[in-house]
Amino acid sequence: MSDIVHSSAAELAARIADREVTSVEVTQAHLDRIAAVEPAVHAFLHVDSERALAKAAEVDAKIGNGESVGPLAGVPLALKDVLTYSGAPTTCGSRILQDWVPPYDATVTKRLLAADIVILGKTNMDEFAMGSSTENSAFGPTHNPWDLDRIPGGSGGGSSASLAAFEAPLAIGTDTGGSIRQPAAVTGTVGVKPTYGGTSRYGLVALASSLDQPGPCARTVLDAALLHEVIAGYDPADSTSINAPVPPIVQAARSGDISGMRIGVVKEFAGEGYAPGVEHRFAEAVELLAGLGAEIVAVSCPNFRYAMPAYYLILPSEASSNLAKFDAMRYGLRVGDDGVASAEEVMAATREAGFGAEVKRRIMIGTYALSSGYYDAYYGQAQKVRTLIINDFARAYEQVDVLVSPTTPTTAFKIGEKVDDPLAMYLNDLCTIPSNLAGNASASFPVGLAPEDGLPVGLQVIAPPLADDRLYRVGAALERVLTEQWGGPLLSRVPDLGGPELEVVA
Amino acid sequence: MTLSREEVAALGRLARIELSAEELDHLAPQLDQILEHVAQVSEVAAADIQPTSHPLPLTNVFRADEPKPCLTVEAALSGAPAVEGNRFRVPRILGEEA
Amino acid sequence: MSVMDAVINYEDALAKYDPVLGLEVHVELNTRTKMFCGCINQFGGEPNTHTCPVCLGLPGSLPVVNEKAVESAIRIGLALNCRIAEWCRFARKNYFYPDVPKNYQISQYDEPIAYDGHVEVEVDGQTYQIEIERAHMEEDAGKSLHIGGATGRIQGAEYSAMDYNRAGTPLIEIVTKPIEGTGAKAPQVARAYVSMLRDLVKALDVSDARMEQGSLRCDANVSLRPIGQQAYGLRTETKNVNSLRSIERALTYEITRQAAILQTGERVHQETRHFHEENGTTSPGRSKEEAEDYRYFPEPDLVPVAPSREWVEQLRGTLPEPPAQRRKRLAAEWGFSELEMRDAVSAGAIDLIEATVAAGAPAQSARKWWMGELSRKANDSGVELESVGMTPAQVAQLQALVDDRTINDKLARQVIEHVLAGEGDPAEVVKNRGLAVVSDDGALSEAVDAAIAANPDVAEKIRSGKLQAAGALIGAVMKAMKGQADAGRVRELILEKLGA
Repeated sequence: MSDIVHSSAAELAARIADREVTSVEVTQAHLDRIAAVEPAVHAFLHVDSERALAKAAEVDAKIGNGESVGPLAGVPLALKDVLTYSGAPTTCGSRILQDWVPPYDATVTKRLLAADIVILGKTNMDEFAMGSSTENSAFGPTHNPWDLDRIPGGSGGGSSASLAAFEAPLAIGTDTGGSIRQPAAVTGTVGVKPTYGGTSRYGLVALASSLDQPGPCARTVLDAALLHEVIAGYDPADSTSINAPVPPIVQAARSGDISGMRIGVVKEFAGEGYAPGVEHRFAEAVELLAGLGAEIVAVSCPNFRYAMPAYYLILPSEASSNLAKFDAMRYGLRVGDDGVASAEEVMAATREAGFGAEVKRRIMIGTYALSSGYYDAYYGQAQKVRTLIINDFARAYEQVDVLVSPTTPTTAFKIGEKVDDPLAMYLNDLCTIPSNLAGNASASFPVGLAPEDGLPVGLQVIAPPLADDRLYRVGAALERVLTEQWGGPLLSRVPDLGGPELEVVA
Repeated sequence: MTLSREEVAALGRLARIELSAEELDHLAPQLDQILEHVAQVSEVAAADIQPTSHPLPLTNVFRADEPKPCLTVEAALSGAPAVEGNRFRVPRILGEEA
Repeated sequence: MSVMDAVINYEDALAKYDPVLGLEVHVELNTRTKMFCGCINQFGGEPNTHTCPVCLGLPGSLPVVNEKAVESAIRIGLALNCRIAEWCRFARKNYFYPDVPKNYQISQYDEPIAYDGHVEVEVDGQTYQIEIERAHMEEDAGKSLHIGGATGRIQGAEYSAMDYNRAGTPLIEIVTKPIEGTGAKAPQVARAYVSMLRDLVKALDVSDARMEQGSLRCDANVSLRPIGQQAYGLRTETKNVNSLRSIERALTYEITRQAAILQTGERVHQETRHFHEENGTTSPGRSKEEAEDYRYFPEPDLVPVAPSREWVEQLRGTLPEPPAQRRKRLAAEWGFSELEMRDAVSAGAIDLIEATVAAGAPAQSARKWWMGELSRKANDSGVELESVGMTPAQVAQLQALVDDRTINDKLARQVIEHVLAGEGDPAEVVKNRGLAVVSDDGALSEAVDAAIAANPDVAEKIRSGKLQAAGALIGAVMKAMKGQADAGRVRELILEKLGA
């Protein structure tokens, strides 16, 4: 019987439903864990103990009354601080929103609450989701539980770290160019970016509207699938939401049968810049997949080399417009309002003080790219490259059911290592970006530790839009065979972060 | 394509960010570097390619002309840095005639 | 207040220069809810009581298109003889301003829903073809109150207070292609065009189109070129033109002001100007030479609008009678001459006359009152005819009182004064003020006798057969009766008594 904080969400849900343990106990155990390890990890920006325990009590009462509850009822969850949750601050990791309490809940938040999930608090992130390391947070970085001197990935480093630190069994992230998948890879956890339009963006503070997607983060494939099912699905409040049933992901996660599946290895996602340990574990995993009955096919997607340039034009352009609303007039930080300064001056002073360096860089790039005279060469051209990338995927899918690659070229790098080199930082997203441009479903699954540094490596699976279930099928297959190989979950090897004796529930 | 300090300052004005002198100094080369990278998109021959503004082939997503509940005034004003009566109070606005 | 610009005489200006117009009209739709959210679309209301995360532009909010607004846009486009796009998108127009909550407006840029249309307007018997460049959908901004300055306007204000009730209201912007060949009639053509648009959107029932409430707004662009030159001159755009009359006045002023500049050999400053109601002048606002770069790009939060041809044809079937056709029909029904009809159209009186006829008045009588006394009153007060203060029902009632000889024409004019002063319906006024014609023969008879006695020479003339002379006696009696007598009956009595 594993102790509470080391259990999976599915296990906890079953035990809560069976009344073996209460949601309040489970929640309290996680709050205790948070208190113990947060000084080291700093995954959370805000912990909402009162509301979490109140919700837990409510769920316990419902179960006590014999009311039917959802499959994850009473299980605690960490919510990335980019999704609105009324009654507490939603900061997006930015000074400009540091005290903003939204008056409304995101659709994802509403669905979590309706599913009787207990929201523990809001997790740290790169400011406005711009980054690959969570070092761009205005409130200090999050530390990778595998090595506290290293980054937990970004922009959703708080969510992934909270899982790896056993502060929560479930988390929600958002992914624009890899912000769920890359943190999952470098923390040895599972992270899924649903098909674009699969999960509602209403209440997700927008970075790049045509790329953003909220998604599930967990330690196991089944947990991620169960959470995915709670949050995904059509939302009339989001015009870009797909009006179709959620694919059969839980079934796929339970099955894990990949015999006969055609798996494409993308030739362009290898070579220079990829750490040997990463390529090693990736190759091993691919062999395992072959051993399980999948057909491995080499595919080439030649236009993928233009994905990063296109992405770093499209994202800043959309972001420069999306972030214009932060102007000190209606909410958020206001600087320089001395009764004499004009609105324009106050806007400019506030944005100067409230935005960090990376945000400013991307706003400037975006402003430039959309300027008259430059639109066709930059943004316009990038949208064409986008079409070419979609075509590359389409051609690949004629031959294969899914594509695989390393999730990110390296393992977790040290805090401070790349923070002064924007382009070097951008390279972390090399493998993940194309899926966002094409709207594909994509996920990262842990496939081991790199031999040279003992740090987690992730394998990325990419499926055509609306085929999210294929991700879980492959992920479950890998998880099963690797867990057996390792003699237990990968995360059992994460260093002990100390703190009080963990309560073992017999 | 080297961005001058003045061009960066002009971008700052367009984006309503009051960049400091230090920022102007180190932003220009960083932006240059990024722009050089992203300019690679022009290497692609794409004259007869349609641009994609959306990964989804959706069209005609509408809602019925039916009222939904509004926020209360308190909720609407809840984040306001300054309030006057039931309005958002903002500093004096320059620019065009009312 | 602006420094007085130099102007030259209008006729002199038109002798040398040829005006080219461009009119941008914004129509606020009368949908129940806003363009991109379900908040109530209603004029007025306590500040910030009709807002939600979407129209406030709160972080995380997303727009969803109001189908009714799209329908109205298509119907307006069809009524303007436009082509309806098979596929179009919304676009973001990016600019920072406190009344624009997202600091971008969702509008349409190079893919408007309707384009390449045409309409006709008539001014003084001449028909002008006006080509419509486009009609597109967009959302309105909020409203600002400027506080602390002397005039309540933006200059000199200490701070401002924002109300976002209006933010997100659906707007259709209608833009003409350059309007040439109007010559000296340019201001009237512009006025006639906007008046026609107003009638059109009201007939379509897509807008209240009340200029004084801002549900129909006009920005008037004009440039001058030397007569005979092909190339357009530099233009100005005049805003704050809040009535049909103001359109005419503003353009007339602008033409004379620009002509004065050009005459000295200087260039016209390309800029946005603001119209001043009080003195009919314009003054500079934001300079158009440093035009803001709006950085338009397709709105990523919305998907394209692709109206099926079936839907478009179904909507075409819902269009009301085209105004020109309606006018021909009404002219025939009412028995108006071409000139009478044309004048009534120019005065914006057609709807009013129609309503008055529906309330029971003969068409010519309705025309007489609206085009006569009431038009004069409207001009004196500087208001639109429909706001003069008397309703079609009241006008019909007035005419009924004349027709049944309760009052005569002169008394009717007095009644109008009192109705306009807010004293109630014509019947009430007649009763309260005792303005009815005296029908009692006895009193009349006395007055006639008195008049005959006082004017023996005139009486003699009448006895001898000069019946025209009765006019003087009638006048005397009317005067004695303070006009409250039926002139016809007075004449009868006079002739009876004098045996003529």
